[in-house]
Parts: sequence; structure tokens; C-alpha cells
Amino acid sequence: MGRVRLVLWYIVVTLGAVIMLLPFAWMISTSFKAESEIFTVPIRWLPSRITLQNYVKALDVVPIFKCMLNTLIIAIPKIVGEVFVSALVAFGFARFDFKGRNTMFMIMLATMMLPYEVTMIPTFMVWSGLGFSDSYVPLVLPAFCGSASFIFFLRMYFETVPRDYEEAAWIDGARNLTVFRTVFLPLAKPALVTICLWSFMGTWNDLLGQLIYIDSQEKYTIQLALASFSSMTGETLWGPLMAASFMALIPVIALLLYAQKYFMEGVKMGGIKG
Amino acid sequence: MSQKRQRAGFYFILPWLIGLCLFTALPMVAAVYISMTDWDIVGNAEFVGLGNYITLFQEEEFIRSLWVTVRYAVIAVPLIIATSLTIAVLVSKNHKGTGVFRVIYYMPAIVSGVAVAIVFKWILDPSYGLLNGILAFFRIQGPDWLYDPDWVLPSYLIMAVWGAGGGLLTYLAALKDIPEDLYGAAMIDGANTLQKVRYITVPLMTPIIFYNLVLGIIGAFRKFTDAYVLGGAGKEGNFYMVYLYEEAFGHYRMGYATALAWVLFVIILLLTFVVNWTKKYWVYSE
Repeated sequence: MGRVRLVLWYIVVTLGAVIMLLPFAWMISTSFKAESEIFTVPIRWLPSRITLQNYVKALDVVPIFKCMLNTLIIAIPKIVGEVFVSALVAFGFARFDFKGRNTMFMIMLATMMLPYEVTMIPTFMVWSGLGFSDSYVPLVLPAFCGSASFIFFLRMYFETVPRDYEEAAWIDGARNLTVFRTVFLPLAKPALVTICLWSFMGTWNDLLGQLIYIDSQEKYTIQLALASFSSMTGETLWGPLMAASFMALIPVIALLLYAQKYFMEGVKMGGIKG
Repeated sequence: MSQKRQRAGFYFILPWLIGLCLFTALPMVAAVYISMTDWDIVGNAEFVGLGNYITLFQEEEFIRSLWVTVRYAVIAVPLIIATSLTIAVLVSKNHKGTGVFRVIYYMPAIVSGVAVAIVFKWILDPSYGLLNGILAFFRIQGPDWLYDPDWVLPSYLIMAVWGAGGGLLTYLAALKDIPEDLYGAAMIDGANTLQKVRYITVPLMTPIIFYNLVLGIIGAFRKFTDAYVLGGAGKEGNFYMVYLYEEAFGHYRMGYATALAWVLFVIILLLTFVVNWTKKYWVYSE
């Protein structure tokens, strides 16, 4: 590639990156501005003096850290269930030839196409009939049945494991679960980390599910807290809102930077969880 | 391998099978029944047959929300595909710093949800927002965006294009699979960059474009979070799922909302079939 074209490439790609980052820069800049500098024409790019008043106000209205903790209370058991059970099921699909296996695998693929919306209302009614309204249980428990997209992804991964690896273990008379634990789980570690991250992100960014099942404010997750904060706003709240949004995004951005390698491996399932 | 061992596989998939029955099959059967009732959770369900399905086609809000969603899908889906494909081609080159650019463009796949929607609401603020502020710098009087019914859809499109990089990875993986010598051969034949993209890259990428088209349509019809937070003047931001949510959990019309869900399901299914049918005309296969 010629020099001119290389320079051109850098210009285009940098311009795109600036557009991508601009919303975040604007959010951060606003969050540190005094109110008088937020509402100005023409706009002011940077605060003339950094103030923390928006953060104080945001934390005063919304207990952001408690809401993050609530999200974690849902996310952590969900990750454990979803990832472990999905791995077990994927192992079953990948390494055993029981009756009806292929049919069941096809059914599983079909459920990935089924919109959650159709089962959403009946499922909600059953949970509330069982007395689980305003509870985290309906958000966590189904995870222990595995997730179709994770099973699909892990099965592909398990099928690439050479048969020789496990044959030795079988000959030694190891039990199925032992082979799963000592051969497959360690080999699939990168895939499992990727799935843990996706599972976590799914919970952290989910609004609809949490909106349906959680009512009381002390149980609010970070998404619910932000949504209710943004709906109560009069015009003047933009500063605190940006402060709250920034605080809510910090863990996610940190995670992306820290674990980018694993996120980038989630290629095959990127679009499935929406 | 022994029969007994093979049977053990069944026990491994058992948790999923239980989930299939409890959280998919049973609710689906229940959903058929619920959609034929008048049910407000508290009282008893009153059977109304296909009443809900007839009612919904007469409700103005149903038509409007469907129209909002369809218009969005028709423009946003191709726009997103074109944008993420362009980004993928750009960052598939291995220059210094490409990795950093990839992460930046990919960010919307991870960094999303209510917080980002709120930030965009602020950016699109007519008086003090960033976008109109920048436009003013070029002496352009920006529109009222979410506060003007005519500009609600463009507002959502801006967000969609910003988030397009989230689909980057599937395209990158597919680009990597295109054999280098194809480009070499084209270069010997004197093809320029544009011709190479037109005659090599795009045709070989059609399978992955197809995959993203299907997922994109589904995603557009299920759009919820942004629309729930942003809204829009003249109910132009009342996307189908927002309408469904309001009917179910705002007005407690469970039967009616379930009927809405089935209609959504059928729409998605039909569109998937249609797109699948067009496959043989434009998707490359070996």
C-alpha cells in the first residue's frame, strides 16, 4: 500500500473512532460541568472548572452502588448456572450418540429463533402465581437449564477436541463426569471465559426482563435505576444523569478493556443475544 | 463404545430438556390459550376466541407502532449492514494500531443499555445538545430531533449507525477467510480497489451478510430498551415491543398483549422465510 493511501486510511479510521468516542467524551465532560455551563449556546466542550456536584446529586437521588450490587446478586448465580449447565449439555450433545440426539439438537436451534416475547407473559403469570413477584428468582432460576446459544457455541468447541484426549481417560475407566471435569472443562477454558462475559453483559444490560419482574425500589438493578432516573428528569437534571450514566458504564468499559481478547472470541454468538 | 455409555448422554442434556418443557413448550401452549382470553391478571380469564386478533387490527396504536417499527427496520437494517461491512473492511487491514480501532468500533456491542440511550437523549437535545451544537458551528439550524415527529425516525437511525460496529466481528471473521490469492489474481488483471470490493469481497461476504440480515430484522422488530428510554414526539418512538410492554404491564391486558406477541412471532417468521427464499438469487455458495 502506498504512503498516501496509508495516511488516508489513518485519517478515515481515526475520524470514525472520534465519532464513536464523542458520545462518551460529551457524557464525561457534561458530568463534570456546573449547571450554568451545561446549558449554554454555543456548546462548551470542556468545563472551565471541574465540579463533582453532579455526582453528589446523582448519588443522592439514586443509590447507584447498591443498584449495581443488586445487578451482581442476579448476575453471579446466573453466570454460574448458565455456563456450567450449558457446558454439561453441550458435552452431552458433542460426545454421546443417544437416541433422538439430532432431533433434539434441531429443536434447540429452533428455540433460538423463537422470540422471548411469546413466552414472556405466560411465564410471568406462572411465576407470579407461584408467589415470585418482585423477586430475583424468575430472572436467575431458568439459567440453570442452560442457554441455547451458549450450548450451541460450546458444542462446536467441544467437537474440535480430538478423540484421543478422552480415549485414554475412558480406558482408565473414568466416569463420564470425571472426563467432563478433567478433560473438557480445562480445554474449553477460553470459551468458558467468553461465555461468562456474555452472560454477565446480558444481565447487566437487560432492561425488559428486570422491568417485568422487579417492582420495589430497594430491589432496583442499575438498568432500572437509570431508567427511572431518566423518566423523572426535568431539564435541569442532565448533569446528574450524565454522572449516573458514566458511573454505570465504568465497570462495563473496564471489563471490555481488560478482557477484550475474550470478547473478540465471541464471534459466533455476537448477534444472537440481543 | 457401549450402549450404556451412549445413554448417559441423555442425562447430560436433561437440564436443557427440563428447561425446554418448563420455560418454552408449556408457556407456548399457555400463550395460545391466553391470547384468546380477556385477562387482567387479577380476575378470571374470559374466553373470547379470536377476539383479540380482530381487535388489534382495529386499534390505531397497533397500526402506528407496527408502522414505526417497519419503517425503522426497512431503513436501519441495510444501513447497519453497510456501515459495519465498511468498518470491517477498513479495520481488517493490519496496520499499526488496528487492534485499538477494532475495540473502539466494537464497543457498542458491549457498552449498551439504558446509560447509552440516556447519553443519546442528551446529545439529541434540541437546544443544548451536542449534535445541534456542532451543526450550529457550521451555521446549520438543527431540527428538534426527538421532539419533532418527523425527526424521530432519523434520531433512531443515528443511534443505529453509531452502534453498527457491534456486528463487526462476524464480518471480520468472514473477511479473514477470503483467500489472499484472489486479490493477487485480480491485481494482475488490473482491477482497482473498488472493483476488488465489488467483484471479490462483497460476493464472498454474502453468506455472512445474509446471516446478519436475518438477525438484523429480528433485532429491529424486537427493539425495546432505546425506545423505552427515548420515546419520541407524536408517539413516533412507540416501537412494537414498547407498545406490547405497555399493554401487558401498564394496562394489564394480558390476553391482548399475548396476541400481539404471536403477531410479532408470525411477522418475524414470515420475513425470515421471505429472506431465505431470496437467498438463491444473491447469496454466494460454492
